[in-house]
Amino acid sequence: MKHSKQEALMLSSIKTNEFAGSKSKELAMMYFRVAIILFGAQLLMGLIAAIQFLVPGFLFELFDFSVARMVHINALVVWMLYAMIGSVYFMLPDETGVETVGVGLGKLAFWVLTAAVTVVVLVYIFIQVGAGTEASIWFINEGREYIEAPRWADIGIVVVVLIFYWNVFASYMKGRQTGIMTVMVADLLALAGLYLTGMFFTDNISMDQFWWWWVIHLWVEATWEVFVGTLAAYALIKIIGAKREIVEMWLWIEVLMLFGSGILGLGHHYFWIGTPEYWWEIGALFSALEPVPLVAMFVHVLYDWGKEQGIAKAEGKQGAVMNNGPAMAWIVTNAFGNFLGAGIWGFFHTLPQVNIYTHGTQFTAAHGHLAFFGAYATILIGMMYMGIQGAYGVERLKATFKSKMGIFLITFGVVGMTVALTIAGYEQVLVERAELGGGWNAFFTAQELPWYVQAQTWRAIMGVTTFVGFVYLVLDLLTIGKTAKAAQAA
Amino acid sequence: MANENVSVWTSIPFWRRSAAWVTGFATMLLIWLSFDTLGQITMGTDADLKNNVTKRVPAPTVINYHIDYKMDAKRGHEIPVIGEKQPFFGKEWSEEEAAQLLHLGKLTSQAKNCMNCHTLLGNGAYFAPDLTKAWLDPAWQAGGPLQGMTGKNTVEEAMAEFLQHPSQYPTHARMMPNLGITAEEAKGLVAFLKHMSSIDTNGFPRNFSKSVETFKAGGTHAQ
Repeated sequence: MKHSKQEALMLSSIKTNEFAGSKSKELAMMYFRVAIILFGAQLLMGLIAAIQFLVPGFLFELFDFSVARMVHINALVVWMLYAMIGSVYFMLPDETGVETVGVGLGKLAFWVLTAAVTVVVLVYIFIQVGAGTEASIWFINEGREYIEAPRWADIGIVVVVLIFYWNVFASYMKGRQTGIMTVMVADLLALAGLYLTGMFFTDNISMDQFWWWWVIHLWVEATWEVFVGTLAAYALIKIIGAKREIVEMWLWIEVLMLFGSGILGLGHHYFWIGTPEYWWEIGALFSALEPVPLVAMFVHVLYDWGKEQGIAKAEGKQGAVMNNGPAMAWIVTNAFGNFLGAGIWGFFHTLPQVNIYTHGTQFTAAHGHLAFFGAYATILIGMMYMGIQGAYGVERLKATFKSKMGIFLITFGVVGMTVALTIAGYEQVLVERAELGGGWNAFFTAQELPWYVQAQTWRAIMGVTTFVGFVYLVLDLLTIGKTAKAAQAA
Repeated sequence: MANENVSVWTSIPFWRRSAAWVTGFATMLLIWLSFDTLGQITMGTDADLKNNVTKRVPAPTVINYHIDYKMDAKRGHEIPVIGEKQPFFGKEWSEEEAAQLLHLGKLTSQAKNCMNCHTLLGNGAYFAPDLTKAWLDPAWQAGGPLQGMTGKNTVEEAMAEFLQHPSQYPTHARMMPNLGITAEEAKGLVAFLKHMSSIDTNGFPRNFSKSVETFKAGGTHAQ
């Protein structure tokens, strides 16, 4: 009977919303719930793909690697977008001092988006590929990495994002205009606009890739990074009571450096796609600068925390100043993870002299795993814990055993996958690229070597570790609020 | 407020202005460079090919020519070299026919989701070989194992045969699935691959496709 009691506890945990009437925060929780489900889907698809590296016959011609991988990366992008939208709706009332202007419209957009995502995923899974016609591009998938969504869904996404943007902009104009919200409003405009550059078809693969990077790079390495900066700024004020002047000064420094390096850092994707050679120098210089703002973000988080902690200590207070342990843990993980995954692992192979060998190998996969996790997943999970804290009206949310297992296993798993893929990439670069020149024979020679296979085995094991951590995380998100509230009442 | 702003380094307006200027400057520079790049990566014309004018991305009619990938001493890496006329599927394709075939091939490559196993121009997934210069791969040439297994006599026919029945011709334990590619789509895909191999990728992939034998004989630059 204990089991069903646990289930009942979880179900009532999902429904609870006690934001003292903040419709905006309730809306945020709707986005967070879908985000965590899609995060799970992303991990499951990643496990299937990892197994297919080791057992090539696994689900062959039923659920091929291409399908698993497509759903893996699309679930990643979409869960992050959900969590980002949720985070913005969550902070909006606190920052502007007013409720989101069109909450009803926001809810409508939520259901439209969720219905569309469901249809797109079902089509990906059950129809998979189409004939070589425009109709396939419109209704099945566009076959362009990360932005495979068929064109009808593209148009739908633009409409949904416009509604979201209008909501944010109108609330911003109506309420207080803090520095954090100013950066957010400007950043979201760029983010929404850039999606349009990936919505056309051309026979010229160089042209295709040129504009494709305007979506992918300028999202991930420019607008998303600035977005993370605003979230960190907001979260530090909320969690440790950091001084707004200091946080906003850091935020502007980060915007300066992130856009200063990230916009022209686009050049590091233009080395080998048919574009002129001057991108070698531009890409090398600006992408080498890209880790710099990540150091700033790292310093920002740790400095603010240390400062507030120091003040508290001087005032004779005991313990940590934070009012949300799990959220703060995830935000500190973000500071480390962003610098390591995006900064260091990115810098490893960004110079053209190195990149000519590492481009399109497991090196890229290693960097991608740690960067997406370190820079984005961590802080978005932190925002979910802040959502839980608000939803239950808990003054001080303390980490539970499940919180600790969740963050430890997920982080350990992702770092483990990254190290494994780095070893696989190292071997692949030496054998396939440097020695044998990257042809068909070279590719499979490298894929068969024991070090490569071992590394892929470790990747799969670490993937399972991550998934176990994810299970702990979900259990924690489902129960921590109710437990903490009961403890607070007692 | 009198004792504020003792230093410009702690002034929020200073950092805000700097952020706006730097972002604006970087954006302008990116737009200006993009105009130049877009001009350089626009497809060439059939006339360019006939007059030996080199374009970074040649016209679709490049499928009517022999393509090679050779070390260029001046640029220090390999570049595509467009040679003599060579029939493609046994004929010379007119400007319109070649453009249509390339269009079909590019569409098919997206509809079949090739990029989620293979890499194109080095972008995509890493589950299957890079296709950037697949057309030039020794394995597909006469005497190569891939052409041999299909029993065809040209690169294009061998590739088209493989694409239609990939799981009948396993080349590795990790196989390509049957994606229902028709004969016409396969032709288009091969045209797309041949066209892609003629794009000037600044020497990527480096030292393309040295066989294990070449390596044993003394490395990638052995004479």
